[in-house]
This record gives sequence, structure tokens and C-alpha cells, in this order.
Amino acid sequence: MIVEARGVGFAYPPSRPRRAHPFRLADLAFGLAPGEILGVIGPNSAGKTTLIRLLTRVLEPAAGEILLEGRPLARLDRAEVARRVAVVPQGVPPQFPFSVEELVLMGRFPHAPARYFEDAADRAVAHGAMAAAGVLELAALPLDSLSGGERQRAVIARALAQEPRLLVLDEPTAHLDLRHQAEAATLLRRLNRERGVSMLLVSHDLNFAAEVCDRLLLLAAGRPVRLGTPEEVLEAPVLEAVYGCEVHVEKSAASRRPVVQVVWPDARGR
Amino acid sequence: MSPRARLAAALGVLTLVLLAVAALALFLGGAAISPRAVLAALAGRAGAQSVESVVTLSIRLPRIAVAALAGGALAVAGVAFQALTRNPLAEPSVLGVSGGAAFGVVIAQSLGLGFGVLGAAGLTAFAFAGAVVAAGAVYLIAGAGRLSVQTLLLAGVIVGLFFASAITVVISLLDVNRLGGVIYWLLGNLGTLPPASLGLFALSAAAGLGLVLVHARELNLLALGEEAAQQLGVDADRLKIRIFAGAALLTASVVAFAGPIGFVGLIVPHALRMLLGADNRLLVPAAFVGGASFLLAADTLARSIVAPGELSVGVITSFCGAPVFVWLLRTRYRALL
Repeated sequence: MIVEARGVGFAYPPSRPRRAHPFRLADLAFGLAPGEILGVIGPNSAGKTTLIRLLTRVLEPAAGEILLEGRPLARLDRAEVARRVAVVPQGVPPQFPFSVEELVLMGRFPHAPARYFEDAADRAVAHGAMAAAGVLELAALPLDSLSGGERQRAVIARALAQEPRLLVLDEPTAHLDLRHQAEAATLLRRLNRERGVSMLLVSHDLNFAAEVCDRLLLLAAGRPVRLGTPEEVLEAPVLEAVYGCEVHVEKSAASRRPVVQVVWPDARGR
Repeated sequence: MSPRARLAAALGVLTLVLLAVAALALFLGGAAISPRAVLAALAGRAGAQSVESVVTLSIRLPRIAVAALAGGALAVAGVAFQALTRNPLAEPSVLGVSGGAAFGVVIAQSLGLGFGVLGAAGLTAFAFAGAVVAAGAVYLIAGAGRLSVQTLLLAGVIVGLFFASAITVVISLLDVNRLGGVIYWLLGNLGTLPPASLGLFALSAAAGLGLVLVHARELNLLALGEEAAQQLGVDADRLKIRIFAGAALLTASVVAFAGPIGFVGLIVPHALRMLLGADNRLLVPAAFVGGASFLLAADTLARSIVAPGELSVGVITSFCGAPVFVWLLRTRYRALL
């Protein structure tokens, strides 16, 4: 197993003003096999972001433990974690005009934190990562001159430069139009196939997750509801209970994967 | 070109510029001394008590050293505060940190700390304490976690105004005879420092520079956000404390020995970013040399345009810096506001 979560629980310290329903994560257990793409789905505040933070040791679990390739995550230092787990966040802060290549080279930091400049081997890895993510020709451009889709591929290249065993993607389709969503799905599946990168994909987009992922983990209010293939998890009664709205599930004609549609409450008789 | 080669090229060019400006500063001045006489004094061929020797070696040369050190320190402090707050408009004077340091110095002076070795060390310590209090206040007012561009600048203005008033209170309690010196210093003034003070200034500036320099690569990662930096293996909390301390020390040493000179930390890093990009590993060393040239040029201008009188160098940097700040705000960073 690349990742194994055993009875993981977590609660944020009480905040002010107090929230009506303080968030807690409880009894989280799942395994992620080498080469697998696992999707984590669920409504807002289901615990998706918290799970990413726990997997990267930004937060420590209050209960249970997480194993990374069989070793307890808590015993790895930050650089060791970063050599194994790379995160593709939702966006890149645009304040400073870093170039694509400079961004991608940042992914080499955990491999030699004491080095002032990256060496030739680091640059070779970054070059390969940019080629794999399709941003090689953009290498010299400043990030703020890129489109949303290009920028996301640059961030994926940075994550690949970490040479991770696990790629964690936080809402990879946010801010992407349909064509770029399709391109992102193709890119992720190709990286998975060609580089053998395991992936944990957190998404609001059920249909994107169903297309890309081997298995899905459905969370609700900090608890796992269902874990299985997209067909097993994306069942109308389960989703209706978790999301609190009526849905309609059918199969995609092209991929035979489930497609979820909201049945708008006021749709009938309009 | 690899980053290493670009850094070498940038430092080479900036050092040449610095040497040229330093030569200019050495030959220009209120006392009419011929370039030949200056060179003779430098070579030690003039009598030790001769006018050219005293002016060149005891007045102009130390002042060049003070200006270069102060400019370099302020520019690096600017880069450090910008990386730390992820705000390209952050700078010691804009953030009110210079104001805090100045308050510390005014307190130290009202306690009678002078310019001996101990006095200079005490002055630096008070300035450092003031800088840390001011920067901490800005951080708390702006709401610790996510520092938006506007709230941070606003907090800096508030803290800066507060310390300006606090300084006014202390000054109005001071003896009239000592007032002149303080006001002169408050405008930002480069004078000749006794060797002990100059040494201490160099030492604290070097310590601050070193602290920022060894973390330059991590500062690049911090630009991606704190959580992203942590996920790339950076100990973000330790990094922030060290950069905070380094930037405060750089600011404090300048304020203690040259006064609160504004905007150097804004102008120099932005000019260099246009040439070198955002990589802090290039910016930090380049800012030190570039900042030295900039402030030295500003000081040479300040003591030339109204000669035999002198303008405060802070006046020159503010006249340059205020328009640059407005221009940056209206053009490059409009989207952030």
C-alpha cells in the first residue's frame, strides 16, 4: 500500500466565533494501492481538505495513524514526506513573477534542502517533468502570463519534479472550462499509466472523479460513507442521503462510467 | 543561462556600478579638493594632517561605507519583508518597522546612550526591540493568518503613525539643546561614524544579511503560500521567525546608525525584479550591492545639489520612493487591491 489510513480522527481547536457544528474527522480508514487513482468526494466540509493536510503532515491526526509505504507518517520529517507525497493545490498565488521553470525547480527542494542552487540532475528531472505535463515550451514564461489550464499543468509539473510516489490533487477541475477539464483528465490518466504515479484526487466534480478514478471514497461530515468503484459509490439513494438533494444517475455511453445529474427541485412543470 | 551564471553576472555589473558611484562620492564634496589630491591622500602620499587626507580618509570614506551598508541593509530588508508577507509592497518604512526602530533609538538617546561601543550596542538593541514590537503589532493588527495586501499596508500606516506620535512626545520632553540633532537624524542622515559604531553596524548588517541569504531558497517556496511551502518540506514557522528577526535586525541597524530612511527597500528590489525575476537567491545578494549603490548615489546627490549645505538623504529617497510606490500600486498590483 502507498497510503494506509487506520482509524484516523481529527478535530480543529475550537474557533471564535464558534461554529454551529464544529468539524471533526472520525474513523477514517482506507488503503491506496500502488498505481491506483483514488477519488475523495463529498459535500462541503466533509473533510476533504483536512484529509490532504493530514496526508502531508500539515496537521497531525488526533487518533489512529497514517502509514506511507508502510512507515508511520508521524516518524517522517517534512522533506521525507515531500519526497513521497506531492500536492497540486487549487491555484498559484500570482504576486511574484516566477517563471514556469523556476516554479518546477521548487519541486526539487525536498531532495536537497541545503543546496543553494539546483544541480544538473535537478534540472534534468525538472525538464522531464515539464515535458510530461506539456509545459516545456512555456518554461521561460512568467506564471502570471499563463492561462488557467497552462498554469495548472505547470503546477502539476512542479509536483512531478518532486518524484513522488503519491500525487494529491486538490480540486483539479476548479477554474477549468470543459475542454481543459477533458485535457486534465487525459493528462492525469497518462501520467498514471506511463509514470506509475498513484493519485489521490479530491473533487467536488463527481463526474470528473468517476471518469478518472479507479475507486471513490465518499465522505460526509467527517465520516467515510462508502468506499468502492465509481459504480458502487455513485448510487442515487446514497448520494441523495449525503447531499440532501434529488439526483439522477445513468451510465456514460462512451466510458460506461456513472454520470450524476441533479434533479432541480423546481424543474418539473416549468 | 543558469541561475548561478546570472547571479555572477548581476553581481559583477552591480559591483562595477557600486565602485563607480563610490569613486564619484569620493571625488565630490563641499571641500574643494582636486581629484589628484584625493588620490594622493588615498595612496598615503599626503600628510596625515593635511586637509585632503582628513577630508578623504576621515570624512568621505567612512561616510561612503555608512551609505553603502545602510542602502544594502535596507534593500535586503525590503526583499525579506516582501517574501515574508508575500506582499510586494511591503518595506521597512511602509510597514512602520522603521518607525518602531526610530522610537527605540529616541528612547535610548533620551536615556543618554551615546556613540561609544557600549552606547552603540545599546542603541542597536533598542532599535531592534522597537522594530520587533512594530512588526509584531502590524502582524497582529493585520490578523496574523492571511495577510491581504490592503490590511497589511493599512496596519503599517497605523503603526507608523503611532510611533511617529510617540517620538514627538519623547522629543517634546527632551532638552532643547539636544533637539536639533534628533530631528536631523529623524529625517534620515548619513554622517561619519566612529570606527566602533561603524564596526558594529557592519557586524549587525552582515548578521541580518546572512540570516536572509541562507534561507533565500526557502523564501521562494514561501511565495507559494505557507501550506504549500510546508508540503514541499519547508519548516515554515522556523523560517518566518528567522526572516522576521533578520529583517528587523537589518532595519534596526540602519535606523540606529543612519536614521529611518524610507523606500530603499521598495525601489531597489522592484528594479532588480524587473532585471532578474522573482528568484530570491538572486535578489537577496543583488539587493545588497544594488541598495548600496542606490543609497550612495542618493547621498552624493543630497550633499551636492545644495552645497555647501546638505539635504537629508531620506528626502531624496522619499522623493524617489513615493512616486514609485504609487506607480506600482496603480499598474502592477492593481489586481491585488
